[in-house]
Amino acid sequence: MGSKRTTIYVCMGTSCDARKSRRLQEAFSRALKDKGLHDEIDVSATSCLGYCDEGPNILIEPENLMYHNLNEEDVPFFIEEHFIKGNRLENYILAPGNGELKIPDMTDINFFKHQRLVVLRNRGRLEPDSIDEYIAMDGYAALSKVLEEYTPESIIVEIIDSGLRGRGGAGFPTGRKWQICRNAPGNEKYIVCNADEGDPGAFMDRSILESDPHAVIEGMIIGARAIGANQGFVYIRDEYPLAVQRIKKAIQQAEDYGLLGDHILGSDFSFTLKIVRGAGAFVCGEETALLASIEGKVGRPRQRPPFPVIKGLWRKPTNINNVETWANVPHIIRNGAKWFSNIGTAKSKGTKIFSLVGKVTNTGLVEVPMGITLREVIFDIGAGIPGDKKFKAVQIGGPSGGCLPDKMLDIPIDYDQLVQAGAMMGSGGLIVMDETTCMVDLAKYFTKFLYEESCGKCWSCREGLRRMLEILTKITEGKAKEEDLDTLRDLAEMTKYASMCGLGQTAANPVLSTLKYFEKEYILHVRYKRCPAKVCKALINFYVIPERCTGCMRCVAACPTGAITGPRSEPHNIDQSKCIKCRACYEICKFNAIEDVIVDAIVIK
Amino acid sequence: MAKLSIEDLKNLRDTMYRKMTNEENPKIIVHMGTCGIASGAQEIYDTIVRELTQEKINVTLKTSGCAGLCSREPMITIQLPGKAPVKYADLNPKKVIKILNQHIRNGVPVADYALAIGSETTY
Repeated sequence: MGSKRTTIYVCMGTSCDARKSRRLQEAFSRALKDKGLHDEIDVSATSCLGYCDEGPNILIEPENLMYHNLNEEDVPFFIEEHFIKGNRLENYILAPGNGELKIPDMTDINFFKHQRLVVLRNRGRLEPDSIDEYIAMDGYAALSKVLEEYTPESIIVEIIDSGLRGRGGAGFPTGRKWQICRNAPGNEKYIVCNADEGDPGAFMDRSILESDPHAVIEGMIIGARAIGANQGFVYIRDEYPLAVQRIKKAIQQAEDYGLLGDHILGSDFSFTLKIVRGAGAFVCGEETALLASIEGKVGRPRQRPPFPVIKGLWRKPTNINNVETWANVPHIIRNGAKWFSNIGTAKSKGTKIFSLVGKVTNTGLVEVPMGITLREVIFDIGAGIPGDKKFKAVQIGGPSGGCLPDKMLDIPIDYDQLVQAGAMMGSGGLIVMDETTCMVDLAKYFTKFLYEESCGKCWSCREGLRRMLEILTKITEGKAKEEDLDTLRDLAEMTKYASMCGLGQTAANPVLSTLKYFEKEYILHVRYKRCPAKVCKALINFYVIPERCTGCMRCVAACPTGAITGPRSEPHNIDQSKCIKCRACYEICKFNAIEDVIVDAIVIK
Repeated sequence: MAKLSIEDLKNLRDTMYRKMTNEENPKIIVHMGTCGIASGAQEIYDTIVRELTQEKINVTLKTSGCAGLCSREPMITIQLPGKAPVKYADLNPKKVIKILNQHIRNGVPVADYALAIGSETTY
């Protein structure tokens, strides 16, 4: 809208468009220019104004007036009368706009339209610090229902029937896990909420805890009742101060109301919940390392079996689920297993929350039914890639997941299909990358992250990641030979097969999945010493293509080191000795006159 | 606080539900997840408190977690009694003051800053 005093909004809804509203818009622009009013009055397109029968329609703001039935021939007369003489043209006035007309409905906005909120249904509505508001939205009703109508065994049956699978990564059926833990020998049992969300770019669990902490608590109480545990722990990383503060307060409120503690809601069931704050080690998201950390030991995974459901905390049966899994439980109890199992695909039920980040227009937290395709999530909900760039890959499932290219975007989001594609559901990170991302550089980034976070217990993970990182660094510096790619692949396979814990077994996924889908890019780096995305500094040299350069000086102004010179209107020149390869000129040039070399000329079989 | 029985919980639910759905004052929710706070939601909250105190307007001011669309934070939702909620995005204190003047005081939403009207689909 800018600083202009008035805006004419021309309706471009399908109906008005069919009545030539586009021509009307052009006529307005022309006429305003003729009258010298174009600096004061803006012409803009808008979506359907709602009065399709009377189109084409326009809305004038801030006067809030709607005119209808305008033809392009009427425009000069209209401008003369309305804007210059100040006469309202009563014949054309449809109605004073009510101001709300232009605001789209939530259900018409793609970002919201394709989402289905179950776990996040209270987001943006409830005061997270108010247990009363949670209760008003049927909070703790599932707990009452369980205490009144269910036996522990029938709760488990309900969860099994719902088809709920763990939302933390591997997707183990939640009900079956509960059942194994309930049947495990021993009277003392524990349950744990894994809120140690450590994947770069993932924030699903943090957001649930920040928006609706009571849903997690309620799910845990129900789980404890089913399993027969009287003590639970929320293991949460200390890097999430707001989430820690909110869950802490929520636990306090639940205790005050008698929803936690002895004789919950007057029943014979007692359960207490404690918070354990983790120091933020990635490995502590692995369940056995997490348990060691709760026990006060160094957070390192141990051999399984025995699985935690048989021997967990202090060698007692312990059931671990992540935040999102626990938060699903109250909804299943309240609405029934059948309702839940109607959402999703044959083997993946319910919804999944993703944190949609990276090179995508709408970033944020999205909850979608299982079975939706990655393409719908990225291009409908996320509104695609900003800035006319091309989509390149999406990293799903965090560092342990994989990078999928465009041709894989039509697979439905489903635990098993994703594993088949070489990625995994993971906890729900979705990092979108455009053509300016170098896949080798990306694999290097994740490998470095995992190398730094490896606990070092298994040789394969500790040394494998270190050597992989060395090779990837060599590749990005243009020092690698072709046989290095074979070594890289061998190392990755070895790390996958020889490591003990889930994190070690998946630590090679960034390398394996990029090698699988983006091998050409590796070969370009190794054989031709080129980086097609123009990211690896050692492999790029920017030149001005004289035929394309108009001499507009934009790159000269953008260059931070003064490497670009040239008189205006003549092709510029880049001094290679001063160039730091920051890409500023490449990004700013409107004529594609700054190039590395023509990579397309290199054909790889 | 006394410990609740199942019966108490049900009564509390009904009372709170009635209270929340029959709000007499305009309701403003500032979305304050970590994403919102990082993009300036606290400043938005403070601006609203300051303006409302100066103008002595009765409003129910609340906070909530992330509204989902992190790239458009800071966001607020305004709901006038008996009307559909309106969500505003990409806010700054200047825009908020205009919204308070026009939407809260005069009952007309500021279309230019509004993201959407209505609520999301749940279940």
